[in-house]
Amino acid sequence: MASAPSSGVLRAPLVVEFPFTRSLGPVQSAFLTGLRERVVLGVKARDGRTLVPPVEYDPVTAEEIRDLVEVAATGTVTTWAWNHEPRRGQPLATPFAWVLVKLDGADTGLLHALDAPGPDAVRTGMRVRVRWAAERVGAITDIACFEPYEGERGARQGAPHSGEFAEPVTGIVAPARLDYTYSPGRAQTAYINALSAQKTVGERCPSCRKVYVPPRGACPTCGVATAERVEVGPRGTVTTYCIVNIKAKNLDIEVPYVYAHIALDGADLALHARIAGIPYDEVRMGLRVEPVWTEGGRFPDHYRPTGEPDADYDTYKELI
Amino acid sequence: MSNSVSNSVSDSMGSSVGKEPVAVVGIGQTKHVAARRDVSIAGLVREAAQRALVDAELTWADIDAVVIGKAPDFFEGVMMPELYLADALGAVGKPMLRVHTAGSVGGSTALVAANLVAGRVHGTVLTLAFEKQSESNAMWGLSLPIPFQQPLLAGAGGFFAPHVRAYMRRTGAPDTVGSLVAYKDRRNALKNPYAHLHEEDITLEKVQASPMLWDPIRYSETCPSSDGACAMILTGRAGAARSPRPPAWMHGGAMRSEPTLFAGKDFVSPQAGKDCAADVYRQAGITDPRREIDAAEIYVPFSWYEPMWLENLGFAAEGEGWKLTESGVTELDGDLPVNMSGGVLSTNPIGASGMIRFAEAALQVRGQAGAHQVEGARRALGHAYGGGAQFFAMWLVGAEPPAT
Repeated sequence: MASAPSSGVLRAPLVVEFPFTRSLGPVQSAFLTGLRERVVLGVKARDGRTLVPPVEYDPVTAEEIRDLVEVAATGTVTTWAWNHEPRRGQPLATPFAWVLVKLDGADTGLLHALDAPGPDAVRTGMRVRVRWAAERVGAITDIACFEPYEGERGARQGAPHSGEFAEPVTGIVAPARLDYTYSPGRAQTAYINALSAQKTVGERCPSCRKVYVPPRGACPTCGVATAERVEVGPRGTVTTYCIVNIKAKNLDIEVPYVYAHIALDGADLALHARIAGIPYDEVRMGLRVEPVWTEGGRFPDHYRPTGEPDADYDTYKELI
Repeated sequence: MSNSVSNSVSDSMGSSVGKEPVAVVGIGQTKHVAARRDVSIAGLVREAAQRALVDAELTWADIDAVVIGKAPDFFEGVMMPELYLADALGAVGKPMLRVHTAGSVGGSTALVAANLVAGRVHGTVLTLAFEKQSESNAMWGLSLPIPFQQPLLAGAGGFFAPHVRAYMRRTGAPDTVGSLVAYKDRRNALKNPYAHLHEEDITLEKVQASPMLWDPIRYSETCPSSDGACAMILTGRAGAARSPRPPAWMHGGAMRSEPTLFAGKDFVSPQAGKDCAADVYRQAGITDPRREIDAAEIYVPFSWYEPMWLENLGFAAEGEGWKLTESGVTELDGDLPVNMSGGVLSTNPIGASGMIRFAEAALQVRGQAGAHQVEGARRALGHAYGGGAQFFAMWLVGAEPPAT
């Protein structure tokens, strides 16, 4: 997945995604359950306006508002923007218009997609209606999109509604995804490239002379750039550790194992790694260790005892 | 070094010249639980804010500005939640600010609000912090897989446990101390109706017998994952005079930060924490915190952080913090009660946890803490930290107005 463009700085795609959940509360629950039943609900604000989609609290007075009303599935486009290239997860796969639609009976615009052949077919003031999704689950996507419509205005323009439905939807899953191109930068690229030769290379701060591993390209204490490369290790000292007894979901390591802070010889702060090659309950602060590499591994697989005498506490107590 | 890596807000808060005294006149919390499936995020924050208004006997119209805080957006996946929460918090036509400082955010949010009052920018400010952990996965949010980097090898407690071991090595603390803290805090939580964990049948033996997750940290010595919100209403001298209940007065407040990782960082007792406490004590005229402060709400996500922070905050000499815990000084009826509410160990809506510490300190000096009230508490410390021991926020509140 990695590539190295001409600058030599590493880059790679980074996708961050998670299925967040949402508790809806009473108003959003009624709104989304209503869509499942082909009912569009708004809420009466204290100033008499009907807000669609409905909100829980009055945007002017801050009062709790719960007076739901049903509005029509027809309405008028109040403004729009053409989307030439729909992206993943958008309502339509072909080019469409983002529209604000004031549904008949509503006083505010609902944001959605309008299925139209091209931007010339869209104008502010045009009449549209909801195109319902064939399968509805209680989500904004139950409105598949809007479509041009020259027919009658829908009924149900402001009729009070209890908001009560059988089997209400109380929560939704809201998957989020972000696509990045990640670069670790110059200093870490050099560090990572050196690791591929099984060497650990940090950078020394020109001001405080501390050696940073991994290097960040700048000293966080002095606020100056670092450039002088310094090879450290390969041996080091366990400065502190814990014994992990619970298995992490994404890790293929048998428990218990030891997770340690290791100050490599010549480094001025510890890095974190696993200790093996010794019973977990015999690991101790001050233990001298060395890296163990596996074929093709980007990092040492773990560290193991060197057999040297333990380091004296005073030699590493500032490096925890 | 500390001067070069610390940021200070004390210039705006430390000088008493022309500064408006800041009073806490309203406090509201939700009942903290594992999952509030009955409310939206808006409904959750609304509940805490409404309770603070009721406590202060004020209405939305009395609020001049809103200052809101929460932990990183990745925790719930709502980017800039303050945008959609403005309606729920009555912020229309008013300034609204969002504060971000990781786990310490509840504390720094309150301090930003306090600054607005102290600087006479606004008369009465609603400040609020929240987290709805059930809608997300904080551990995921904190350990996104980064290309070229080794995956995190240890899970949530694995970040903290090595620092606990370093503390034990440095001080010679016996390995029994962590369980004592957890046993105390869980019993205190039984006296706090808003606390998340109410373990009616808790015993010291049960804590000691709970699984060792990240040796030396046991399961019962870790914080829960909670949904909750906390709100406070801060005002000046005139607002305090109209308060229907005794106000809590701010005597000092400060924030400090330092990098999460740097050569020479002391995770056991970070310099930024020491500097922050020293600034607060200087503002409040405190020279001997152990004697002059009656109670403290300290951010203790894992039980061993109680003795660690007791030293960092100057309540005990270096190496002596665990002795206060072991001898019962920090018990509810002890000489220096700590985490009377049950603390983060009993309730952890991450973004709100810092503000709960600040609010609980205020409840104590107002005499409003109910069953977990420390008799005669006149001065109390609220403390928050977060971001890999990067951010610190503290305030000291008193039953009397500040001297100047």
